[in-house]
Amino acid sequence: MRLARIPFAARLAALALLTCAAAANAAETPAGAPLSERERALHVLDRLAYGPRPGDLEQVEKMGARRYVEQQLHPERITLPPDLQARLAALPALQMTPSQLFVEYGPPSIDRSASKEEKQAARQRAGRELTPQFHQARLLQATESPRQLEEVMTEFWANHFNVFEGKEWVRYWVGDYEKNAIRPHALGSFRELLGAVAHHPAMLYYLDNWLSSGAGTPGARGRFKGLNENYARELMELHTLGVDGGYQQADVVALARILSGWTIDVDAMKAGAAPFAFNARRHDDAPKVFLGQALAARGDQEGEAALDILASQPATARFISTQLAQYFVADQPDPALVRQLSQKFLATRGDIRAVLQTLFDSRQFWARANYQSQFKTPYQFVVSSLRATATPVLNPRPVNGALAQFGMPLYGWLTPEGYKYSQEAWLNPDALLRRINFAGGLASGKSPIARAEGEAPPSNADARATDPRQLLGTLGPAIGANAAATIQAAPANLQAGLILGSPDFMKR
Amino acid sequence: MNRRDFIRYLGAAGSGAILVPIGLSGCAVAPTGDKSISRATAAPGPARLAYGSPRARPHADGDGAPRMVVVFLRGAVDGLNVVVPHGDPEYYRARPTIAVARPGQPDGAIDLTGYFGLHPALHPLMPYWEGGQLAFVHASGSPDASRSHFEAQDYMETGTPGRHNTRDGWMNRLMGYLPPSESPLQALSLGDATPRILSGGNVVANLQTGRAAARPGLIDQPRVMQAFAPLYGGDDPIARAYRDGIAARKELMAEINSQEQQAANNGAPLPNGLALDTARLGRLMRSDPRIRLSFLAVGGWDTHINQGNGAGQLSNRLAPLANGLATLARELGPAFNDTVIVVVSEFGRTFRENGNGGTDHGHGNAMWLLGGNLRGGKIYGQWPGLDQANLNEGRDLAVTTDFRAVLSSLAERHMRIRDRELEKIFPQFAPGTRAMLDLLI
Repeated sequence: MRLARIPFAARLAALALLTCAAAANAAETPAGAPLSERERALHVLDRLAYGPRPGDLEQVEKMGARRYVEQQLHPERITLPPDLQARLAALPALQMTPSQLFVEYGPPSIDRSASKEEKQAARQRAGRELTPQFHQARLLQATESPRQLEEVMTEFWANHFNVFEGKEWVRYWVGDYEKNAIRPHALGSFRELLGAVAHHPAMLYYLDNWLSSGAGTPGARGRFKGLNENYARELMELHTLGVDGGYQQADVVALARILSGWTIDVDAMKAGAAPFAFNARRHDDAPKVFLGQALAARGDQEGEAALDILASQPATARFISTQLAQYFVADQPDPALVRQLSQKFLATRGDIRAVLQTLFDSRQFWARANYQSQFKTPYQFVVSSLRATATPVLNPRPVNGALAQFGMPLYGWLTPEGYKYSQEAWLNPDALLRRINFAGGLASGKSPIARAEGEAPPSNADARATDPRQLLGTLGPAIGANAAATIQAAPANLQAGLILGSPDFMKR
Repeated sequence: MNRRDFIRYLGAAGSGAILVPIGLSGCAVAPTGDKSISRATAAPGPARLAYGSPRARPHADGDGAPRMVVVFLRGAVDGLNVVVPHGDPEYYRARPTIAVARPGQPDGAIDLTGYFGLHPALHPLMPYWEGGQLAFVHASGSPDASRSHFEAQDYMETGTPGRHNTRDGWMNRLMGYLPPSESPLQALSLGDATPRILSGGNVVANLQTGRAAARPGLIDQPRVMQAFAPLYGGDDPIARAYRDGIAARKELMAEINSQEQQAANNGAPLPNGLALDTARLGRLMRSDPRIRLSFLAVGGWDTHINQGNGAGQLSNRLAPLANGLATLARELGPAFNDTVIVVVSEFGRTFRENGNGGTDHGHGNAMWLLGGNLRGGKIYGQWPGLDQANLNEGRDLAVTTDFRAVLSSLAERHMRIRDRELEKIFPQFAPGTRAMLDLLI
């Protein structure tokens, strides 16, 4: 099988265009040259944010990329637009506590005598009513919040501490998990973030720790009968030390025993109390040795001590630093950069903002070799397209549908390691064509994303297709001169789709 | 005598004997007869041979080149509840609520060998067992002891247990040693992201799963394709992926649409779920002999809680899998005789059930093999037993057959890969120490 057969004339025309564009772009930038002001502006918008919205590039260029970084590191100083606040406040599920959500949406789940059909109906209702609100909240903030680094870091940590919304009860809590366990700590202390996750019912439920009881403890009965290693193992492998972090199977068992009795109190939730409970009757209170340190029996304080130990390990610093460098700089980051970030992590006791500051100050972050060099994940691709075209997300369902088609639905990864961020994971022939299809649909001005569910699509006359010239302006140097020339020579009604579907726009 | 001839010779000379790989370092020929595999066999009367014995049958002629399909069960399926050692009372003692009942009881195992039985949800595969086209390699797995899903999957997909820095997958490397092909479809992966096992220097086509795979998109319009072509004329990985994608898509779309159209015209409804994808894959492979390798993954096997026994959660996942595999075998048509389907999982689960009616991460597992010319109706491997002393770390089924022994046997004997090439595909698995399995007729 050969390439698409292109008529000779078209090929000739394309060739001519390429030649012209190449000539226009004759003064090619040398590989080691520092980024221009405009390139720096694009770079921070692509890495600390989900790409530019119309006007962003000019604004950042004017204020300077460094000042933008400084501002983004302090999201509390950036005012949220009243309109965005109002739209978030209008999502009732986002204002409810985990207990309220569970009682309101899950009575058959609470009542263990509920029939299969009742449980099924409750599951469907939660999927219909809660899930779109949680998706909407994430997408509204990712596309419109001026606190973009907070959004990026929220996605990063939500993925690092992945939970899967399809695992029954997680569906009630995934919105609260992100809003109250992840987001407030996204640029804060790693230890506090780890603690917020460890106490949240979404994680306790997802990795089964809520069921775990010390062997032979008085409360170990029925479904709470035995020790469950699941959370303890992933807490070390995926959340802190990393798989090479130097722990043994004996440490997995020790940590599971330390965390026994960390559970969800279903009865307390019915009375309106928070779901987390430490059940001393299910806690193994024999002394333990964890990562070579002896831990005296101290009830739930053992768990806190274990989290302290984990958060301050050099292996944790290295693991988190590697992931941050992969997200912000390169799939294969410079080991020197990772070392520098790890040192900062340890010196500041896991101050995420300080580590990021070091990262954004590094020469590796600003190196031309790392500029426009990363292949966007499906999420980055979709959100950056919505931002570039200023498409209002009025219906989150088709957005999530597209993300699912690209293999990255919201809160949709089944297993606890979360999505990968590398080009190797996402660049494949068929998925690339699916992105192009999405780009064309979005640019047509008739995308169902931009109208409320059930609203009729606009007629051809009313559809406001994306203006390609404006789009090129918004994206600036993201679309190279050659690609821009090729696009401008194509039929006008295809141009905006060509921009969003171009190889240049696949990168950040 | 080269290895292949040697194995053939051994197989012929030792008719009525089983070639049993011992650990990683050699083979032994075990006598047939009434020797029981486990000391604790409960069956009354003389115990039958636990491994089963393949029925003699002639080699069936396929109509093309050899093919291989790998199905990865991500999350570590509980192999002890797939191929159930129902003849061992230890099994029932260790699993009071999740053991699959003995054959003949409600939701009981389907007996295979008098000692081993098949999970009842897998009954759609029984005709293949009875026809000698289904086999298992029990107590198989990775020599690496990792209990991390991600690490163990990585090792199994790169084919280099214990080594983190292998950049490509073993299926991609194997692809490089197949006869050269101009086809963009030599290897096909189902799903959204490129799996590790197929990543590497050789081009792989991807096909989306589900109904959306057959839906034409904007890019299928010639004028759109034409407009995009010059943007993707470069020599970088993104441009190459685009061109590979277009080439593969044209062929796949034409084939899928004509076949599904034809099915619709015959009034046949499209199957659902996994079977939709495997039906499509089977028909594609049947009609396009250039597709030599394919891969799909099925998730959801990490049963830490409420695993169930002959019924319940695990059963609910095994049933569609069995249906999907049977559909694949059927839709391959005559190409089934050229094909080996291998079902693998990263590791097995703990032998004893945990307090929540589930199992935690373990070690040894069963590999499944299905194909027209398999020497099936038999369970390969060496059964280590389930007594405390025989368990790995006192908690899991031990591994007695390295997964690479199975894969390299298939690569050599079925895919016709030469010895020195096998060493490149499984670099740490040297021929001198390799135990080949006589899996094919």
